[in-house]
Amino acid sequence: MIEIQSLIKTYGGKPALEGVSFTVGEGEIVGFLGPNGAGKSTTLNILTGYLSATSGTVKVGGIDVFEFPDEAKKLIGFLPEQPPLYPEMKVREYLNFIYELKKCTLNRKKHLEEIMQVTKILDVKDRLISNLSKGYRQRVGIAQALVGNPPIIILDEPTVGLDPKQIIEIRNLIRNLGKNHTVILSSHILSEVQSVCGRVIIINEGRIIADEVTDNITRVAEDGRDYSVKLCGPQREVLSALRAINGIVFAEATGDRDGDAVTYRVRSESGVDIRKPLFYLASKNDWPLVGLEAIGMDLEDVFVRIMDADERKNHR
Amino acid sequence: MTAIYKKELRSYFTTPLGYVFCAVYLAISGFLFSVLTVHQGTTDISGYFSIMIFGYIVLLPLLTMKSFSEERRARTEQVLMTSPTSVTSIVFAKFLASYTIFAGTLLVSCLYFIPLSKYGTVNGPRTFGCLIAMFLIGLAFTAIGIFVSSLTESTVTAAVGTMAILLVSVSASLFNSLIDSYFVRQILSWISFYGRYQNFTYGFFDYSAALYYVSVTAVFLFLTVRVHERRRWA
Repeated sequence: MIEIQSLIKTYGGKPALEGVSFTVGEGEIVGFLGPNGAGKSTTLNILTGYLSATSGTVKVGGIDVFEFPDEAKKLIGFLPEQPPLYPEMKVREYLNFIYELKKCTLNRKKHLEEIMQVTKILDVKDRLISNLSKGYRQRVGIAQALVGNPPIIILDEPTVGLDPKQIIEIRNLIRNLGKNHTVILSSHILSEVQSVCGRVIIINEGRIIADEVTDNITRVAEDGRDYSVKLCGPQREVLSALRAINGIVFAEATGDRDGDAVTYRVRSESGVDIRKPLFYLASKNDWPLVGLEAIGMDLEDVFVRIMDADERKNHR
Repeated sequence: MTAIYKKELRSYFTTPLGYVFCAVYLAISGFLFSVLTVHQGTTDISGYFSIMIFGYIVLLPLLTMKSFSEERRARTEQVLMTSPTSVTSIVFAKFLASYTIFAGTLLVSCLYFIPLSKYGTVNGPRTFGCLIAMFLIGLAFTAIGIFVSSLTESTVTAAVGTMAILLVSVSASLFNSLIDSYFVRQILSWISFYGRYQNFTYGFFDYSAALYYVSVTAVFLFLTVRVHERRRWA
């Protein structure tokens, strides 16, 4: 459905994309993951025809975006990073405008009604966009992308700035869209991509560093987990006992205290569950265990892990 | 294209901008008209139009300042540029919408001629020629305004920038008497919108002036399209 080949984009001599290539098949939900400034938005903007590339090819449904922009754009519904809304318009008026702008031929009333139903904005359809909350605006932005029922939906950071409840709603909405659309969704939050997408493409500094099924990425990322352990007891003895446990590769005191408990950061070897040995160690020595928590991985950690894994693979 | 045209027209009247433009235009023109014709006891309206050209320096930028700059600031430009509509038709639609408001207001201000004709004979052909010239000058000014608006994200910068360009292009020949160089004087009077307008006030329909106004329009619309194309490639 989407084919991107050795895409290069330079802004005033500075490279933003250095040879990005990937393909997305029909019906996939692909997460496009990377830190801010990695080139996510640039790639998506090129894909949707908003920017042009310095070199490389982009094909959407077999149509070259640079050669036949108008035909290619008809296949794509795009929600940019900032929803492109006109505050002085009412929701319905806005969607009508988008309908005309995209030169749709579907039954207007029925089609727009359906979209408003799916995105749950029917109850605000007669309100001014300037008066809507951030969550509603985001949904109107998604509704706008759905007008004309394009086979490809591209969402650039659709959940930024929303509250947790709204985030869950939007994620459900995206999951539903994936049933009959090809969806690309960009994000800098790993868990979001994990929960919604079947495949993840990770981009950093203009390069794709991983393109895997979500489960694989998760495995790479969780290969060896970090735990935060709160134990009461003499710090030096506890530390040496922790390091002696089979499967713990690293342990140190963080310096945080919780009452008379000390917090330790502990890393397990890959594939080993150290929670039980930890409990037995604590009970044997009569050191009350007051906290044990797996530390969630942020994107930076994932990058480091993935790049490490890559290097190891290359050395072998 | 019609979608954007309709949206632009509507936005003039869902925000105060359209009303402000019409009100200020009619207030200024009404005042000048009464002072320069009725109070002078003449039915010659060419003087009134000559002064109105200077009024346009302030008025037209009001109309065009938001055109592209506001879309860029609010990032709504993206939805236009990623829709299956060419840049040329986007520019043209926005230009036409601004011009429609201008032309509509200019037409309404023609009502002034009705009471005037009650008190004396209005020179029909000359009035008509001047009016055509005003429509053409408006065309060029709108195009210039749209162009400047596409250069910046700030509506204020767009307005002030347009005023500056219009001021120079209207009044270029007014300082001719201060300049010694024949060559420079030639250039200034060639540029001047005001200088080229003078023939209309004598009752001639100056085709070269008309062509000049239309050409300026075409050039600035073309430049606006180029600005957008260039930005995609930057």
